[in-house]
Amino acid sequence: MLSAVARQRVLARASAWKASSSFLHQRWASTTVSSNLNSVTEEDLAHFSSFLAPSSILSTLSPSNTPADELTPFNDDWMGKYKGRSTTVLKPRTTEEVSKIVKHCNEKRIGIVPQGGNTGLVGGSVPVRDELILSLSNLNKVRSFDSVSGILVADAGCILQSLTDYLAPHSHIMPIDLGAKGSCHIGGNVSTNAGGLRLMRYGSLHGAVLGLEVVMPDGTILNQLSGLRKDNTGYDLKQLFIGAEGTLGVVTGISILAPVMPAATNAVVLALPSFDQVIPLFKIVKRDMGEILSAFEYMDRESYTLSVKHGQGKGLSEEEIEGAQCFVLIETSGGNKEHDEEKLSNLLEKVMDPDAGLVTSGVLAQSPAQFESLWAIREGIPEAIGKSGKAYKYDVSIPASKFKEFVDKTKDHLLSKGLLHENAIKGVVGYGHFGDGNIHLNIVAAAYTPEIAAALEPFVFELVASYNGSVSAEHGIGYAKTSAMRYSKDQTSIELMKKIKKLFDPNGIMNPWKVLPQ
Amino acid sequence: MRPTSARFLNVLVPVKRCVDYAVKIRVNPDQKGIDLNVKHSMNPFDEIAVEEAVRLREKLKDAVKSIKVLTVGPPKAAETLRTALAMGADSGIHIELPETAPAPEPLSIAKLIKASIEKQSEPVDLVIMGKQAIDDDAGQTGQMLAGLLGWSQATFASKVEVDEANKLAHVTREIDGGLEEVKCKLPLVVTTDLRLNEPRYASLPNIMKAKKKPIEKFKPSDLGVDVTPILETIKISEPQKRVGGTKVGSVDELVAKLKAAGITAV
Repeated sequence: MLSAVARQRVLARASAWKASSSFLHQRWASTTVSSNLNSVTEEDLAHFSSFLAPSSILSTLSPSNTPADELTPFNDDWMGKYKGRSTTVLKPRTTEEVSKIVKHCNEKRIGIVPQGGNTGLVGGSVPVRDELILSLSNLNKVRSFDSVSGILVADAGCILQSLTDYLAPHSHIMPIDLGAKGSCHIGGNVSTNAGGLRLMRYGSLHGAVLGLEVVMPDGTILNQLSGLRKDNTGYDLKQLFIGAEGTLGVVTGISILAPVMPAATNAVVLALPSFDQVIPLFKIVKRDMGEILSAFEYMDRESYTLSVKHGQGKGLSEEEIEGAQCFVLIETSGGNKEHDEEKLSNLLEKVMDPDAGLVTSGVLAQSPAQFESLWAIREGIPEAIGKSGKAYKYDVSIPASKFKEFVDKTKDHLLSKGLLHENAIKGVVGYGHFGDGNIHLNIVAAAYTPEIAAALEPFVFELVASYNGSVSAEHGIGYAKTSAMRYSKDQTSIELMKKIKKLFDPNGIMNPWKVLPQ
Repeated sequence: MRPTSARFLNVLVPVKRCVDYAVKIRVNPDQKGIDLNVKHSMNPFDEIAVEEAVRLREKLKDAVKSIKVLTVGPPKAAETLRTALAMGADSGIHIELPETAPAPEPLSIAKLIKASIEKQSEPVDLVIMGKQAIDDDAGQTGQMLAGLLGWSQATFASKVEVDEANKLAHVTREIDGGLEEVKCKLPLVVTTDLRLNEPRYASLPNIMKAKKKPIEKFKPSDLGVDVTPILETIKISEPQKRVGGTKVGSVDELVAKLKAAGITAV
């Protein structure tokens, strides 16, 4: 019974997918994109069968004749927002098989969508039309781990949680952690340069990834699985693939630096009277916690309430948090339990002082179970939103001091458009990585409609641009945000990106219609 | 013996510091114990017991005069007492064992609790404790305590209603195949089941207050109890690893496999 509770969080994202898959899907992806790419044919399938195991091929084409609904989990994204029409999913077991598939597709001009856990939020991992889906899920072995250097080399299809579990007995952790950890693949994390909950402490994947193995769009295998922390020999090519969302090649292997598992972790959730207290609190926490601060997450009242309502994590006593407008989750990770607890305890005494007026109430985890439960409130927000309606998600970087203003301005705008009611938009919530200046603005709607979309875009992007922010902080561009890229990148940058794409993938077969504006 | 005029309840909640349930248990190479250098927290069933005591006070107000928590364990077990105090208990009793002492057994624990109860200046009316600890799963201490004291006992409680005026308690017990309601005279030992309640978080203001709440310390010898183990652990081993399932191609294949495994239709 008890261990079931512990498992629940790991499986959360998987069940979220199930929950959303029962909703009516709405076609979102445009079906009118022009293309010089070809569809997969039965001859192509016969070619793939010559080197792939039958279990590696799912295709509605003859002779496989897989029922179409078995391809649905690959064709649709987990939110039910994007729906591809691919006939064929290939699940190669080796890098060589990936290479052969890509080589063939390049020769035949067949578009490829590399797919990891399909947990993306911008439609980057599902086909726009009927591109071949290249699922990395069978490439799921750890290749090596060096407990001295902490360097882990793994296949791209390893699930993030399973890598975390693999490292645990060696007292190391993954430098990245995010809500979708139970489903997402490390290859997908790297390809989308995923941020997540540990970024504040361990930095972005541009630093943690030491090397990559990539199958280039012509099938060549680029082996840069270096185990070196320092390597200044020429252009750092691997950086191009981090965050390229599979448009420049297929990431098949990763060499990543795993930090030592902190000996002591603690989590505190604080309820604050209003947003005005967040910045002073953040300053105090940064100063007093110093090197042990590992997360400072922000939730507005609405996102907190949604998460608790949908049973993501046990909330604080309603009486004690009465009137609180926002919440923060502070995590510390350090090497000495007593030292960390003393620091934390001094901090809490300071901020809980009624004269300071900073904090309404709060909770300090008393056990690993409570630690998990507090994190579940924050990590469960996306799932709770998925359960309450159709979500428009904006993942933006703006100055942390503007978090509330950003949400409020959007709310006001939607109100002025007459869309803020039960049958259109049910809620506008903001939560995110305060320490990284990254907020998730989520609009919970009754249904995806063109009217709501038009009210939101380009409004939100223009608002972000007015703060000199980024329209995509950690979710990527995918299919959803290609036209929004110009709000954060100038023409010179975009033109250079297009040149790089042309150089790597002259036939444009890799994840077509994604990332770059058409 | 008991003064009839005492209409206020004194509640005692024994709690145990255990390896946290979220921690993966690793057996030591000698197979005599497990790796204890991991995160510990309050036994979840004891957390439920503390919660129930605090709820009892919230319901009966001043009729609950005191809630004391008691633990038997190494110096670090004091943290567990602090957590219970932060949840709402008034004071603590720490029967301290040396860091290296072997884990005490249910009978010694029951004797220690009995001795502590007898040491109190005011009689204890109600002991609420977990039905078992998740580390050794012995599930004996509550029953032994009631036996030693000659008190009523209501084990595996999923609902507790105290009628303090009449010194009675109505307890719903989880038993095989259903629920059983028992009426008990106080003093009483209640052991808690999982569904009794959902424990609260210790809030920060209460954690701060808990630091100032008193904890009395004793050694087993102060209470005249010998905690030398009488049981010998012969071997501790991990459960068999679960093997993954396989997909079968057809119903016939499934039937064949079931037959091969010795499962036949009824």
